[in-house]
Amino acid sequence: MRKTIQVLGELLLTVGVILLLFVGWDLWWTNVVADHQQDQAVQNFARDLKGPTAPVKPPKPGSPEDFGQIPVTQPAGHGEMIGVVYIPRFGADYSRPLIEGTSQDVLDTLGLGHYDQTSMPGAVGNFALAGHRQTHGAVLDNIHLLQPGDHVYVQTRQGYYTYVYRNTEIVLPRRVDVLLPVPTDPQARPKERLMTMTSCNPRFGSEERIIAYSALESWRPLSAGPPQEIAARVAHNAGNG
Amino acid sequence: MTRMYAWIFRHLPGPLWLKIIQSLILVTAALFLMVQYLFPWMAHFTSFTDSTIGSQQHS
Repeated sequence: MRKTIQVLGELLLTVGVILLLFVGWDLWWTNVVADHQQDQAVQNFARDLKGPTAPVKPPKPGSPEDFGQIPVTQPAGHGEMIGVVYIPRFGADYSRPLIEGTSQDVLDTLGLGHYDQTSMPGAVGNFALAGHRQTHGAVLDNIHLLQPGDHVYVQTRQGYYTYVYRNTEIVLPRRVDVLLPVPTDPQARPKERLMTMTSCNPRFGSEERIIAYSALESWRPLSAGPPQEIAARVAHNAGNG
Repeated sequence: MTRMYAWIFRHLPGPLWLKIIQSLILVTAALFLMVQYLFPWMAHFTSFTDSTIGSQQHS
């Protein structure tokens, strides 16, 4: 009898230790692994891109920059890398891979996932992506810190897209209409180039979703170099920073 | 005081230093199995990672 109780006690202690180890693994270790892997992906992508890693000065100082028609980023297959997302509000060193698809294999470890039924960066309509708030890189942990006017940069093989953050909405998980070409309005015809980011809410739960909307402000080709605000990080990723 | 782990330790062969090395190997193996199989499975039951719209499953 006494033996049984002692063994049972040991087993309970073991379960307790395993649960504590699990919390450490989930909230810390998965981030270490994902951060490393995503850093590598970003660097590999950035090194393959042609073009300067510092902004090219316009011929006449102060003259307005006009790069013409805004191209739409080429579609990618599931799990393939579309580009890199830079959000200075999340830190000067914030750059994360943008991958096609929002299945678990993409969002765990690979980075931000592009909803494959939505537009690509640069298109008129809604370009939507998802990212984890906690664990596996916690790529959108600070989504609630965005302030209107903040820039969200998307670097793809077609150039640098500058989106400007507008507003945030907290919705229930079933509200797929936030992904519509004009979010929440199925009848409307899209005129703007929008970007929608989704993550779970609250920070350590998933009862709701936090939705952050941005709109395209400008575009520059790779040959014009990155926007000034992210130039240092772009150079770092390309290996000359 | 301890029974199960003491029993395992007693039944490891060899002198004390070898027993200690074997224990460390067993602990490492247990940790590896946890990180590789147990924890990813347990993660399905947490709700930190539901970041997509329209998905009700815990992913």
